[in-house]
Amino acid sequence: MNNLVYLVPLFPLIGFLINGLGRKSLSKSLIGIIGSGAVLASFVVSLVLFFDVKSHGGFVVDYFNFINVDSLKIPFAFQIDALSSLFLLIITGVGFLIHVYSTAYMNDEEPQHFGRYFAYLNLFIFSMLLLVMGANYVIMFIGWEGVGLCSYLLIGFWFKNDNFNYAAKKAFVMNRIGDLGFLLAVFWLIQKLGTATYSDVFAHASSLSSFDVTGITILLFVGAMGKSAQIPLYTWLPDAMAGPTPVSALIHAATMVTAGIYMIARSNVLYSMSEVTMNLVAIIGLTTALFSATIALKQNDIKKVLAYSTVSQLGYMFLGLGVGAYTGAVFHVMTHAFFKALLFLAAGSVIHAMHHEQDIRKMGGLKKYLPITHITFLLGCIAISGIPPFSGFFSKDEILAAAFAKNPIYWGLGVAGAAMTAFYMFRLYATTFLGTFRGTHDQEHHLHESPSAMTIPLIVLALLSVIGGFVGVPEILGGHHELRSFLSPVITTEVEHHIEHSTEYLLMGISVAVAAIAIIFAINKFSKNPELEEATGFGKVLSNKWYVDELYDTVFVKTTLAKGKFLKNIIEKNIIDGGVNGVGKLVNYSSRQLRLIQSGLVSGYILFMVLAIIVVVLIWVNDGYIYKFFSTLF
Amino acid sequence: MPIQYYIILSLALFCIGIVGVLVRRNVIIVFMCIELMLNAVNLLLVAFSKMHHAIAVVNDKASAAGTDAQLFVFFIMVVAAAEVSVGLAIIVMMYRNTHSVDVNFLNRLKN
Amino acid sequence: MSATQIIFWFLSALALVSALMVLFSKNPVHSVLWLIAVFFAISGHYILLNAQFLAIVNLIVYAGAIMVLFLFVIMLMNLNKDMESQKNLWMKLAGTISGGCLLMILVSLVRQSPEIAGKIAEVKTGDIGLIGNLGKVLFNEYVVPFEISSVLFLSAMIGAIVIGKKD
Repeated sequence: MNNLVYLVPLFPLIGFLINGLGRKSLSKSLIGIIGSGAVLASFVVSLVLFFDVKSHGGFVVDYFNFINVDSLKIPFAFQIDALSSLFLLIITGVGFLIHVYSTAYMNDEEPQHFGRYFAYLNLFIFSMLLLVMGANYVIMFIGWEGVGLCSYLLIGFWFKNDNFNYAAKKAFVMNRIGDLGFLLAVFWLIQKLGTATYSDVFAHASSLSSFDVTGITILLFVGAMGKSAQIPLYTWLPDAMAGPTPVSALIHAATMVTAGIYMIARSNVLYSMSEVTMNLVAIIGLTTALFSATIALKQNDIKKVLAYSTVSQLGYMFLGLGVGAYTGAVFHVMTHAFFKALLFLAAGSVIHAMHHEQDIRKMGGLKKYLPITHITFLLGCIAISGIPPFSGFFSKDEILAAAFAKNPIYWGLGVAGAAMTAFYMFRLYATTFLGTFRGTHDQEHHLHESPSAMTIPLIVLALLSVIGGFVGVPEILGGHHELRSFLSPVITTEVEHHIEHSTEYLLMGISVAVAAIAIIFAINKFSKNPELEEATGFGKVLSNKWYVDELYDTVFVKTTLAKGKFLKNIIEKNIIDGGVNGVGKLVNYSSRQLRLIQSGLVSGYILFMVLAIIVVVLIWVNDGYIYKFFSTLF
Repeated sequence: MPIQYYIILSLALFCIGIVGVLVRRNVIIVFMCIELMLNAVNLLLVAFSKMHHAIAVVNDKASAAGTDAQLFVFFIMVVAAAEVSVGLAIIVMMYRNTHSVDVNFLNRLKN
Repeated sequence: MSATQIIFWFLSALALVSALMVLFSKNPVHSVLWLIAVFFAISGHYILLNAQFLAIVNLIVYAGAIMVLFLFVIMLMNLNKDMESQKNLWMKLAGTISGGCLLMILVSLVRQSPEIAGKIAEVKTGDIGLIGNLGKVLFNEYVVPFEISSVLFLSAMIGAIVIGKKD
């Protein structure tokens, strides 16, 4: 199977090249077929690889020496094992569905931009595949940067709108902060171990001092913070909703933002060595989960709610990583990819039907106009709320159980977050689909179900959201947790937690009950009389996202601008320009004076000749030590 | 006589010549100062010739060391005579064209 | 103080004073005369160093021929009065100072140079400067340069004629 591996990233790369170069000449349908077909081909190869790994185990394919400096050798190699093959399936599978969806969703664009869109999407898939397939941190970093670039390009896809460009820049800059952490961690690793290849690093990890391990893992986590939108680097993700909705579904919900989780799960050997980092990851994850859940409670933009929900769910995944439940985190990545992609695509379907209206206060009662979207969206909401036997229940429960084993407070806060999740998701559902339509007559007249290219991916994803959890049914519920046994070759440091079965039943019961109560409460509250007016009091703080953007603006942006202004007006104008101009003026002036020496008078020339002889004698006789000469004069 | 005395005397004459070249503007005086410098050098050569002879005589009574230096002086005088004849011709020429013997009048070097 | 020393110091003083007077004389004719005095002093030194041939040649060529040439030119141009303007004071100062510096540096070099410390230039004795000895060497080893110098004279003569020709 080794000879198939390179095909996986090759197809999207070819798709990117064809679509990118031929975007002005190819027709829209051809672009759509090439773009989707490339990802489908990758998916098929990934499926083959997946079953190969399942039966024969993982392997590494070495292509060529990428960097070869002295003793440092970084091969361009792909590692296909349980973790990466699973991610390959998620990326190419969900990616394919979203590509298909996009062919309908983006159909209003001009062919040229349509081609550009698919080129970017394919490039993203390519980068993401590099990220997960790389056999060392450097290849991962190439993909890591590539997805950041594609994210930037796709957020700013409608580049004529300045605000979208600002959002793209914000995403890029925030990602760069994280990337710096990642890069430093890789340098540190290379400095200490002389290699960045996973297998070597993990084999020699025990030779690292605890300080090194903590430093490296924290820096890697900083990278994950940027990419996976954790506090304090999360504010770019909600703004990234400026991009087209399928992009939000693919990049900012299902795949790219989970890169941080993938990276930490991949480095689980290192992380498990540092208690400090594990606690930090857990605390940051939990804080993010709660914090963004509270913000999501009061958002009125359908995509913003989903965006904060994404940040919140990512927080759960980091909580899972932090308490050592790596499998749980990866499991949640998978289920989250299904239901969050579903929710975003369904939201896209709603937006499509509403002619790019995203404010849920102007929707309502869409149930009867968009039946398929409605059903799938509802399934997605149930899945994310953690109602059994939907997929979200299993993955979230696994994380919460591990959190309980680590610290019951984590569990309590996690359940509170889960309740909020259920509440805001059903607030969103009820406000959008239940009640009566609150939009204009014109919009109502044009309301229609989306074309099949959009509804079929919805149905497939809905199906996956419903049944996706069954790959990880815990033993307590009579399952075998196949995912854990599948991942066990890669995730070797999973923390085994032992909770009494009765306790575990109780925990499950409580979390499900809390979620159910929140759902019923939300449906009752919002289906009849949704919040239409601006929030007041504390709600206003929440709807303004805790004023975090304003805080960052004041603390970082304003001070940076002030510093820039200072540098520009004082340092640049006076010191640098003054210095440069001063040198120019000095040269000008001195040459004006020096010119006068050229008097043409013979005696002047002879005078300089004599002076030169004096200087030469002084230098020559005393080896340059003129002062010594003067001391011997008298 | 210690050789230093001769050297310092020659240097003094030479430097007087230099100062003359620098300070005076009459081209004939400048030319004379150049001759003065040449003579300072000649004196030095003869003094060194006698110094070397004095050193060589200690070992060999009939040594002819130092003869060369005196012949150099002779040739310098020969060349100086030729040089003066041409130089004075140039000065005459210059005076005929400019009706001046001021060196600073010859500032065409500037252009 | 021996007679030799007295003669040495006298001739040195005469040379230096005369050289300075060449500088300070306003009248070019006086300068020429002082320069002849310098040449006589130098010739005296040559005799003191027992280099009679050079002493005589110096007197004949320099004091006799060359200085007569100078005088001839000065007379020809009717320059026997002070024509120099005294405006260029800065140049005078700079020239004097730099010349003085050069003298100071070279003198200090001579004083600290180990190669010539304690060396003596023999005076009164030594016969290498006698015309017989010099003539033997000149017409044996240096006969070719001597003949070439005659060509030099020829060319100098032609050059002087060409330059001085009225055109």
